[in-house]
Amino acid sequence: MATREFLFAGFGGQGLLFSGKVLAYKGLIEDKNVSWLPSYGPEMRGGTANCSVILSDEPVGAPIVLTPEVLVAMNLPSLDKYENTVRKGGIILVDSSLIERKVERTDVDVYYVPATKLADENGAGRLANMILMGKLLSVLDEYNEETVSKALEKCISARHADMLDLNRKAMEIGRNYAE
Amino acid sequence: MIVFERPKSLIDVPLHYCPGCTHGIVHRLVAEAIDELGIEGKTVGIAPVGCSVMAYDYFNCDMIEAAHGRAPAVATGVKRSDPDNLIVFTYQGDGDLASIGTAETVHAAARNENITVIFINNAIYGMTGGQMAPTSLPGQVTQTSPYGRDVNLCGYPVKICEMLSELEGPEYLERVTVNSVKNVRNAKRAIKKAFQNQIDGKGFSLIEVISSCPTNWGMTPKEALQWIDDKMIPYYPLGVYKDRSAGILCNPNKEEK
Amino acid sequence: MAEKVLMKGNEAIAEAAIQAGCRHYFGYPITPQTEIAAYMAKRMPKIGGTFLQAESEIAAINMVYGVASAGKRVMTSSSSPGISLKSEGLSYLAGADLPALVVNAQRGGPGLGGIQPSQSDYFQATRGGGHGDYHMIVLAPSSVQEMAQLTIRGFELADEYRMTAMILADGTIGQMMEPVSFDFEIKEAPAKPWATTGTKMARPHNVINSLYLNAELLEKTNIERYQKYALIEEKEALAEEYMVEDADIIIAAFGIAARVSKNAVNEARASGIKAGLIRPITLWPFPKAVFAKHADHAKQIISVELSMGQMIEDVQLATQCKVPVSLCYRVGGMIPTPDQVYQAIVEANEKGGK
Repeated sequence: MATREFLFAGFGGQGLLFSGKVLAYKGLIEDKNVSWLPSYGPEMRGGTANCSVILSDEPVGAPIVLTPEVLVAMNLPSLDKYENTVRKGGIILVDSSLIERKVERTDVDVYYVPATKLADENGAGRLANMILMGKLLSVLDEYNEETVSKALEKCISARHADMLDLNRKAMEIGRNYAE
Repeated sequence: MIVFERPKSLIDVPLHYCPGCTHGIVHRLVAEAIDELGIEGKTVGIAPVGCSVMAYDYFNCDMIEAAHGRAPAVATGVKRSDPDNLIVFTYQGDGDLASIGTAETVHAAARNENITVIFINNAIYGMTGGQMAPTSLPGQVTQTSPYGRDVNLCGYPVKICEMLSELEGPEYLERVTVNSVKNVRNAKRAIKKAFQNQIDGKGFSLIEVISSCPTNWGMTPKEALQWIDDKMIPYYPLGVYKDRSAGILCNPNKEEK
Repeated sequence: MAEKVLMKGNEAIAEAAIQAGCRHYFGYPITPQTEIAAYMAKRMPKIGGTFLQAESEIAAINMVYGVASAGKRVMTSSSSPGISLKSEGLSYLAGADLPALVVNAQRGGPGLGGIQPSQSDYFQATRGGGHGDYHMIVLAPSSVQEMAQLTIRGFELADEYRMTAMILADGTIGQMMEPVSFDFEIKEAPAKPWATTGTKMARPHNVINSLYLNAELLEKTNIERYQKYALIEEKEALAEEYMVEDADIIIAAFGIAARVSKNAVNEARASGIKAGLIRPITLWPFPKAVFAKHADHAKQIISVELSMGQMIEDVQLATQCKVPVSLCYRVGGMIPTPDQVYQAIVEANEKGGK
């Protein structure tokens, strides 16, 4: 991996910035150069939100991801907006419990995960984002339990330590999900 | 026996104020209060923009010249840099405190900032040559209200003590004047109390001093002192508007409804 | 080495300021720099410092003036419209020779403008911003690590030269997270015998002032201040040079624009074009010598900016127009893409320049 660019997109409140941060921290723990850039402003509150994450062996240049290798789409407007920006041969992860349509591109790998539904069914109410993250890391063959766990510890404050296990569980659900 | 001497907190230089101006008296009262409380070495004064802009040349304590209207904000910074060891006062005129610096005044009071504010209200912009002030009286003739202050055109004067007394924040608000020996003595008591409050950590104390400007009012000094009695005080009644520690919590002159 | 942590640029500024010994922060809410105030609000009470949300940007900068007068490290932060309001105070800080740190996380303008990143306050920052003859030291970070590093450097420079240092950042660098490590050696503030800390009856009174009614004295004060500025221009100008030694096409860019440009330079090199990047780190003093040095071998310089072309004037002055200088820009909160910059490089290379 020289440089890998990720775009997480969905509604504000779905935890996209958080899952992006976990990914960035995992990269940092694995000694990569990383950047994390959120969209900011009123659009964060209930509108569409997105978050660019770059992991690289080189110093990161522009932190804005315009042509992602990986798109994680958690609502229809995001898929509509970004589907065509994904690089040829890239990956699109879709929360299929929130997006009914299929991806039209045929030159990318697509994974449909009913993440929101899985989260509800497994008592991980708001952790669809982490289910998708589990799936994503598994697809990329980057699911390193140790660094994932360390990254979660960095991103979850001591006050919410009880959430650690739930996040780990959500990621495992994603990791083990098969269509 | 020495019966009269210059306060140590005033530097021995000629003041630039006009004959009959009451700034000199108020400077002296502030300096006497500082002397008597023994706080000169720990006092920092903030000078305004206006006639008293060069107050920094007159007071013997450390002094800061602030931008127009910003003295309470500067005082906030100074006080908070060393709250246990510094005594901080601002000395401001009506244009500075009640017009361009209204926000800074109101919010320093609302925060109950532990500072002392000396507010000179002479109902005119003196330094720039006699323009209408936020406290100029209805009908008062100035350079920029040549036909008299028209309240339909430019509204009513700002009554600072009344206005601030509605706030929870401030500790002490009093309006005094210096147009007679008796009133000067009373003003001295009020100013000293405003510093004592700060020493005691009680918070924001503002003393409004109804002052004269014979030059820009177009009067002799004596006429000006009389005009304070005849015109200013009826509009700006003297008294303690708030003294939280003494349980005075509202405007004494407000009529009961 | 200290452990690297992921932090937003704005938070890195706040943490670095605390490590530099700043214990007084005053601010007024404005996007996109609110993380600085939030961080200070959380931390200051725990370390015996002061965080105060002022009633306005004007009040905040004057509170800064007060603490600076008392000789302590102090800062405020804002974004473009708020910096306009602070400009009065910036002029007074300059006139009274007071050290302070001011952060501008720039957003699009003029007027209320937008909230997305911009570099269109370059003129305002590098020319002083307020009225009168003066400068601020203007530092332009392009990474989260530099947000921290230049904040500390800003406090040091401000104290050393008794003037305001400004961190001219933008919404992107403020909002992005990158790894940052805080293993800095920090110079302690020098003694400040001029500060208004009370005479303690042991010295004549100190006066902090910018009023000089005597014209000759005011002239003298200004000339002396500019002698200090000349020394700063000589000693403190700083730029990063990236593959410029043999470059035909040189990009001039700072902050976020420089990061975008670096991608484009790499792409150009990969396609056989000799491109390079000069990234000013100090915008005032402007690194004139670095540009002058490369003016002889460059065919063209492209100034890449998030403005309608402001720094380009300094590039032209620094190279004394020996090289054609063109502009590649986006404004209003838009950011040039690496591809846009790459295309500008290709075009410049084909045209050949001088």
